[in-house]
Amino acid sequence: MNERNSIIGKIDWLTILIYFALVIIGWFSIFSAKYDEMHPSIFDLSQVYGKQLIWIGASLLIGFVILLVDAKFFNAFSLWIYFFFLASLFVVLVYGKATKGATSWIDLGAGVKFQPSEFAKMGTALALAGYLGRLDVDLQKRKNQIIAALIVLAPMALVLLQNDTGSAIVFVSFIFVLYREGFPGTGLVMVGGILAILLFVLTLVWSQTIMYIILGSLLVVFLTYYLITKKKGLVKMLAVFACMFVFVFSVDYAFNKVLQEHQRNRILVLLGQLDDPQGVGYNVHQSKIAIGSGGFSGKGFLQGTQTKYDFVPEQHTDFIFCTVGEEGGFMGTAIVVLLYVALLVRIIVLAERQRSTFSRVYGYSIAGILFVHVAINIGMTIGLVPVIGIPLPFLSYGGSSMLAFTMMLAIFVKQDANRLNIL
Amino acid sequence: MRTSNNILTNRKLLVMGIFITIGVVFIIRLFLLQVVDKHYKQLADNNALRFVTQYPARGKVYDRNGNLLVFNEAVYDLMVVPRQAMEKIKDTVNPFDTIMFCHLLEIDKESFIDRMDKAKKESYFKPSPFMTQVSKENYAHIAEVLYRFPGFYFQTRTVRHYPNAIAAHTLGDIGEISKNELDKDKEGENYYRQGDYIGKSGIEKSYEKELRGVKGLKVMMVDVHNREMGSFMEGELDKEPVAGKDIYLGLDSELQAYGEKLMVGKIGSIVAVEPSTGQILAFVTSPTYDPNLLVGRDRGKHYKELEADPMKPLLNRAISGTYPPGSTFKTVVGLIAMQSGSITPATCFHCSGQASMPIKCTHSHGSSPDFANAIMNSCNPYFYESFKATINNPKFGGIKEGYQYWKDMTYKLGLGRKFDTDIPYERKGNIPEREYYDKMYNGQWNSVTIRSLGIGQGEVLVTPLQLCNIAALIANEGYYYPPHLIKCFGDSTAIPEVMTTKVDPGIDPKHVRTMKNGLRTVFSGPAGTARRYELKDIPQCGKTGTAQNPHGNYHSNFIAFAPIDNPKIALAVIIENGGYGATWAAPIASLMIEKYIRGYTVREDLEKRMMEGRISYKNER
Repeated sequence: MNERNSIIGKIDWLTILIYFALVIIGWFSIFSAKYDEMHPSIFDLSQVYGKQLIWIGASLLIGFVILLVDAKFFNAFSLWIYFFFLASLFVVLVYGKATKGATSWIDLGAGVKFQPSEFAKMGTALALAGYLGRLDVDLQKRKNQIIAALIVLAPMALVLLQNDTGSAIVFVSFIFVLYREGFPGTGLVMVGGILAILLFVLTLVWSQTIMYIILGSLLVVFLTYYLITKKKGLVKMLAVFACMFVFVFSVDYAFNKVLQEHQRNRILVLLGQLDDPQGVGYNVHQSKIAIGSGGFSGKGFLQGTQTKYDFVPEQHTDFIFCTVGEEGGFMGTAIVVLLYVALLVRIIVLAERQRSTFSRVYGYSIAGILFVHVAINIGMTIGLVPVIGIPLPFLSYGGSSMLAFTMMLAIFVKQDANRLNIL
Repeated sequence: MRTSNNILTNRKLLVMGIFITIGVVFIIRLFLLQVVDKHYKQLADNNALRFVTQYPARGKVYDRNGNLLVFNEAVYDLMVVPRQAMEKIKDTVNPFDTIMFCHLLEIDKESFIDRMDKAKKESYFKPSPFMTQVSKENYAHIAEVLYRFPGFYFQTRTVRHYPNAIAAHTLGDIGEISKNELDKDKEGENYYRQGDYIGKSGIEKSYEKELRGVKGLKVMMVDVHNREMGSFMEGELDKEPVAGKDIYLGLDSELQAYGEKLMVGKIGSIVAVEPSTGQILAFVTSPTYDPNLLVGRDRGKHYKELEADPMKPLLNRAISGTYPPGSTFKTVVGLIAMQSGSITPATCFHCSGQASMPIKCTHSHGSSPDFANAIMNSCNPYFYESFKATINNPKFGGIKEGYQYWKDMTYKLGLGRKFDTDIPYERKGNIPEREYYDKMYNGQWNSVTIRSLGIGQGEVLVTPLQLCNIAALIANEGYYYPPHLIKCFGDSTAIPEVMTTKVDPGIDPKHVRTMKNGLRTVFSGPAGTARRYELKDIPQCGKTGTAQNPHGNYHSNFIAFAPIDNPKIALAVIIENGGYGATWAAPIASLMIEKYIRGYTVREDLEKRMMEGRISYKNER
């Protein structure tokens, strides 16, 4: 059977369908967010909505080409792709243009800017999949663990050096795939991470003294329990408490010395410790009003007032979800959230049916990346997460992110379509 | 291997579980935010929002004694929201009465279209100024019928007013922000919008951030009849403006006004500072203008007129005029010569009066004067010899190194550079680099080649502010505070440190005291060049200067301070083409001293002569 004909029957059309739904919702939302009566056509190429159409077109073309490329290509060249984007992150550090404090762009001329960090995530996913897919790699071995960790940490460090904290946080998403592949300790890290966030938040809200009292009382309770029951694990328990005390002790220092002022303020606003709807809290406050005013069924397409009057900053990029919320109402937002959840779950299901480790690892990687983007972006617009400037996949305006997410997904769809050819 | 992979397979459940949990949390949160919470849904469908910028009151400016120098007056800007206005303009049933509207504003239809296009270009949805500073009469007429013109509304703003009409250059002016300023602001703070006002010169410019305060915002709901229906969301989005800080200047408004009167009919400048703080007491430049001219709708017209005036009234000569200091510079030459050990107060140099070589002496006095006699008589050969002795001093190992030392010392004394305190558009003046002479004379030069510097001629150029600072430094016996305009902020926040930091150029106080006593004899000595202006009860010190210049008659220069102990005022006076230093500059300086210290003057004849005196200039109309 000719492979080119068979691909149509083998690709996962559900994934493609969700993809198209999100892209179209995004395009119309951008149109609505930046609607200008002087330029009433959604195809007007002088406006951002027209430009987004060009990016969508380019993304579809590249996605289509990827589906035609031999599936083995990505495994074979995964390291090369990875190093290419690693190198481009270096280039950005040296020659990049600073936007809002972060140096993450390369100006390609003719008004086209390229943000390598968007593509570096995909490169990292490919490299990790390629590495873990090797038959001689076993995640129980120390050496393999170190290399796997370095594959993720190297681009993350470079992105951090660009001062692009948001994009760097996305690399944390690789914890999911490492957990799935049995990297020892990842489960503990996930639990520890949640515990650390909890302690961090509580310390900021309640102050260190109260936290010491709470931890102290808990320690007394546990100690009594262990001493009475004479169970094992007393030392471990003490170690955990010691860690928690040190953590709480260092929260103040970390908060005041490590974080930058705007980051501190964003966290304080989120925790309700800083009430400043006109200043630092402005974006989030406006974004909540825009979404909240949408009601159950929304104000209707192009009828949003909050976004039209430029209340919400960055409304076509990082805060595009506001337009969905204002004009589409709860119906619109719920549909978008459900589409994302469906896409993520679908990717995991597809990943689990792969025969090759490469495809499975890659699937988990991109599910993690998409998840972190969606969770942070939507979470920030509805005031559940501090403001971190990363795009909403497939919806936000921007060529680099549209291209990168489309390519990321297309490669996975291609791998999945090819799964039966792998013995 | 198989089993372990099965265990791992179960891990997909946790991953999927996390994805789904977050999804559910989001949907619950969205449901609460969008459906349950009614708080966000006050906006009725037909209502439009109007964003009224709340302009804070710009800070007022007072003089050192609390006399008001600058305050605010209300004016009205007509604003337009193009989208709302265009709806009505396009409405064929009940059209916008353009003719009446133009008639009320006293503009023609073309102007109406131009203004509308400009506003549209700025933003279709947000308000832009349609016409700024509408006159009170027009405002009253239009306000009555404004309901017929949706999208238009008035915004109150303030303009500056100057009750005394003095110190125009010091106070500066504000004007609509220019394209350049706007572009620059967009890259940084992003505070200003088109049509906003910004300090253009003087302290309005240097203290723009403090004076302007912070703009506020009021979000109003407006119905289809252009009526304000109250504040949107109970004012939750509103932002109160923060009033600008008041500023107290070191200026003494009486002294300033007196100085301006003395300078009528003369071109030049008077700068007076309080030596113990560096605060500027009077900052006179002549000719000057009424600061009220650069306010309001005719600002542009008046500005053009002033700009075209050949006497250049817009130029602040106190900082932008660079003059040869003439003999007043002998103080600098003398101080450096003593500090470098090249002369002592007992050193005598030969003077042959008119026959002296290479520089003749313009005063007749006995030979060979010591330092005290030389300064009293302003002996040219003495200071040429002192200058020569300094740069030829063997301890520097060469003329060029000697010159470098001398040049570095003048820099420390505040010459050839800006003070960079709070006075915009300062000029550096000129003390040449040694490379300049290397180039000019192909490396072949010596103390004779550059002898003019020793008597404050040749390439050396100073601003009146720099010269005044030299007087303050001698008054203080060796140190100075960088001269500045501000005394304090109304809210007592600290003024920038540079202005309160004592600068010590490294001249031994004993040398400065020698100089100080020398300058006293200029008034008190039998041959002192300013002896005619001696006051019995106020011991004054000073130094005359009569500077050759390429623009005609000598510039009449004078630096002075008084009283000799704990001086209260130090000043520099330059009268362009006024002739001898003792003719105009010295008496004007002495009157300023008397006025400041005594509060009034007793020398009525002298005062009258100075105030009514006119010097004719080539450029005069």
